[in-house]
Amino acid sequence: MEYEAVIGLEVHAQLKTRTKAFCGCLTEFGAPANTQACPVCLGFPGSLPVFNEKALEYGMRAALALHCQVQGFTKFDRKNYFYPDLPKNYQISQYGLPLASGGFLEIEIAGAKKRIGIIRAHLEEDAGKLIHEEDNSLVDYNRAGVPLLEIVSAPEIYSPDEAYEYLASLKAILKYLEVCDCDMEKGSLRCDANVSLRMPGAKELGIKAELKNMNSFKAVRDALNYELKRQKEVLESGGSMRQETRLWDESAGKTRPMRSKEEAMDYRYFPEPDLPPFVLSDEEIKTIRAGLPELPAALKQRFISQYGLNSYDAGVLTSEKPLAEFFEACLRLYPRAKAVCNWISGPLSYELNSRNAGIESLKLEPEMLVRLIKLVDEGALSNLAAKALLTEMLNSGRPADELMQEKDLAQVSDRKALDELLDKVIADNPGSVRDYNSGKANALMFLLGQAMRLSKGRANPKLIGEMLKKKL
Amino acid sequence: MLSKNDVARVAHLARIDLTEDELKLFARQLESIVQFIDKLKELDVSSIRPASHTPALKNVLRPDTIKDSLSKEAVLENAPKSLKGHFLVPKVIE
Repeated sequence: MEYEAVIGLEVHAQLKTRTKAFCGCLTEFGAPANTQACPVCLGFPGSLPVFNEKALEYGMRAALALHCQVQGFTKFDRKNYFYPDLPKNYQISQYGLPLASGGFLEIEIAGAKKRIGIIRAHLEEDAGKLIHEEDNSLVDYNRAGVPLLEIVSAPEIYSPDEAYEYLASLKAILKYLEVCDCDMEKGSLRCDANVSLRMPGAKELGIKAELKNMNSFKAVRDALNYELKRQKEVLESGGSMRQETRLWDESAGKTRPMRSKEEAMDYRYFPEPDLPPFVLSDEEIKTIRAGLPELPAALKQRFISQYGLNSYDAGVLTSEKPLAEFFEACLRLYPRAKAVCNWISGPLSYELNSRNAGIESLKLEPEMLVRLIKLVDEGALSNLAAKALLTEMLNSGRPADELMQEKDLAQVSDRKALDELLDKVIADNPGSVRDYNSGKANALMFLLGQAMRLSKGRANPKLIGEMLKKKL
Repeated sequence: MLSKNDVARVAHLARIDLTEDELKLFARQLESIVQFIDKLKELDVSSIRPASHTPALKNVLRPDTIKDSLSKEAVLENAPKSLKGHFLVPKVIE
């Protein structure tokens, strides 16, 4: 029996504010434990939370980019539960009147576009961090009170690959908006997954498991694959599912049940009395919408139609906003789109990947790459030498011309010098010359290879090809 | 009718320990409060928007500017136990 998988994702995106949601403590990652906490985020009696205007703005930006309806009236609620990572014994969240609802995210799966609904996006504060030791747990409240946007998808994701694409698209959008760093390792993007199986065509959803503790997009995909297989086996052996929360164990490659709660959680939400509601006018919403940047999917389409790039190249160039901006900055200096694109999606992307760096963190200005490409196009530098030079440029931050002189990499197009070079090759390889003259075309490639080797890769390949044929 | 069990459940959610006598007492008292609320339900409020807050305030925001946090020592002063700069609590397993 082939079951149908139904997946819904809950993503917590840390909004990229300097300070926390309701107080002026820093949100910086990696600070010594409990050095970014104050009476407000520690929940001392008598302290008063006041919401961070940037967090509201960033939340609205993200909601609008996800095609959600931002509500004109929104408020915070208290979600009550006891756990040591929560100093106040309640979390400030949104329940009845979330910031936004009813949007969608478009993904591309096997070349086809698919829309996945967004049920809601609401603002809330993060909890502290727990470290479990042998006999005790340690609590660090630096993260308590950091602003989050929880984005809840509709159960419209039908495979682990679709889930992966959803997360990748969401990450790209949030990064373009500059509202979230989306670093899963640092916890600035977190994802829980609800997953169940049902008979094909069934209207009702099956009983779901909630998966937690996935620390990368790949982990989300792996956990979903494992869980779907597990659920299928349970159902096929005549068992039934029970609703539960399961943790992904990365090293074991398995999900395992969390200690089951004796009773269903009852959070007893009620309006947060310390935070007055927000009334967002159409005017304000319009202003935020007008300030949204061009988003990755639209930018990719524009690169395809405006510059004649293929879908793959356009995808690489728009994968990160700074890279797309770098590309267009280069084009303003040198409008050969295809050449610039090949250099960025090829050698430069290779360098970025091997350095695990983004273009913005390297000392490469658009002028510098354009100069390098021009040197190749003008024949002053071979492709091979230019690639080596790019590595040098990224290592040192120095311009192409300077390095080319220093490393003696300039391409030799001087006919006299090449003439001498070819004479030597011919004299050294009489056998190959005879082969060529008796009709073996391969021998020419061998001779050219010898010439390139002798010139240490600097001979202009086009020129020596022409000259050698004449000589033979 | 509010039962003793209802009171026990609510008390547990709020982590309040109640004696048998208190459970009985509060069940009775809460019952009269709930009855009073039920009386309010008789009113037609279909044209009135629910109020979440009583003060006539809205859109109270602060700029995203830094204020000093407490020193680590001050933060940990109220911790029953601490270790390596952290609050130390009995082991909680997820």
